[in-house]
Amino acid sequence: MIQTDICIIGAGPVGLFAVFEAGLLKMRCHLIDALPKIGGQLTEIYPRKPIYDIPGYPTILAEDLIKNLMEQIEPFKPSFTLGERVEKFVKNEDGSFNLTTSAGTEVSCKVVVIAGGLGCFEPRKPEIPQLEQYEGKGVTYMVINPETYRNKRVVLAGGGDSALDWTVFLADVAAELTLVHRSESFRGAPDSVEKVMELAKEKKIRLMLKSNINAIEGNGKLTGVSITDQHKSVQTIPTDYFIPLFGLSPKLGPLENWGLNLDKSAITVDTFDYSTSVPGVYAIGDINSYPGKLKLILCGFHEAALMAQSAYKVVYPNQKYSLKYTTVNGIQSF
Amino acid sequence: MDIINIYVEDFSGNRQHLEIPTEINLNLMEVLKASEYPVQGTCGGMALCATCHVEVLSGSEQLNPPQDQELDMLDTLPELTDNSRLACQIPIQENIDGIIVKVLTE
Repeated sequence: MIQTDICIIGAGPVGLFAVFEAGLLKMRCHLIDALPKIGGQLTEIYPRKPIYDIPGYPTILAEDLIKNLMEQIEPFKPSFTLGERVEKFVKNEDGSFNLTTSAGTEVSCKVVVIAGGLGCFEPRKPEIPQLEQYEGKGVTYMVINPETYRNKRVVLAGGGDSALDWTVFLADVAAELTLVHRSESFRGAPDSVEKVMELAKEKKIRLMLKSNINAIEGNGKLTGVSITDQHKSVQTIPTDYFIPLFGLSPKLGPLENWGLNLDKSAITVDTFDYSTSVPGVYAIGDINSYPGKLKLILCGFHEAALMAQSAYKVVYPNQKYSLKYTTVNGIQSF
Repeated sequence: MDIINIYVEDFSGNRQHLEIPTEINLNLMEVLKASEYPVQGTCGGMALCATCHVEVLSGSEQLNPPQDQELDMLDTLPELTDNSRLACQIPIQENIDGIIVKVLTE
């Protein structure tokens, strides 16, 4: 079990900066994110977009802001659990918390900070009957470990960059690879499109354009997918894995059932310290709601600073704290 | 003040008439969000998240054609229709008067 002072749910910019503010107050942090990489929306949705309203940066690319934040929090040695979603939330009698992720990772902490943005990014699922029954039994929406597919038969669906990238990558790994795309052309990065077309020409992959997958087959485990082409003719391709790659969309997820006060899909907080209705649990950044709330990264940073002051009293109930400027004391790393 | 009319159908098929002044300088995603439709607009209108996916049931030819960024994003949607658009890329202007859109997000 991972033991920490603060468990931060969400490794976007606000979750990351919370590590800094907590670190100044000698609190250690562990971060959990449902996505396999840090950065949240900034990495997942708009890594190459410039942001213009971060104080001190006339303009900064989203991915660079994340890189800088990682550098800024490095002295405080945060630990990460990525690609896992917090499923279970238990408040113990002594006020501490136990969290359990989708992969069974357990975290014990004194404070929980929810910096979950718009919720978990969950894969968009195509409407195929029985698809969900086969999740984990051959159907998956994310390639986490490519080695899983070594010498296996794999069908990918989608036409975006991730479908193209994984096609190129898995072409050498899988025993047999099929890419199914609804349209006749790809709009992804020209490089990747060219590589995929080449692989198809060399018959290293099976490329099915203007086609859709509308049924899956199996006997408890996936055995094949049915593909309908533009002429409405249907063929079944035997496969071990089917990976639809249609991007991600945000959902609030399991934290809806943790007993926190909610307003639509946001967690209501007290603006004194961004605490939620459950003592010891804070919500900062886009996921919280209060009168006058602005969903800006810079507001999330401010919320993180105030949260840390209040969390300090939970983590160190018998100590007094007085604010010290980093310019005076520097950073005392762990 | 110029007012335009649009008709919005929700996921279960109920249709509502909205009157919108053009001078408010909003896009359709913002209007749908403000009208309490289940439209998140996660990316804030950059055509990067597709949480404002709509189907234009009538009047799609009146709209400005989609730009590359929007087409790229639409390509990632499993439930794409022939008249799919991202509402955030549809500014509230005279040219959209009378269109009928169906909200495809839940």
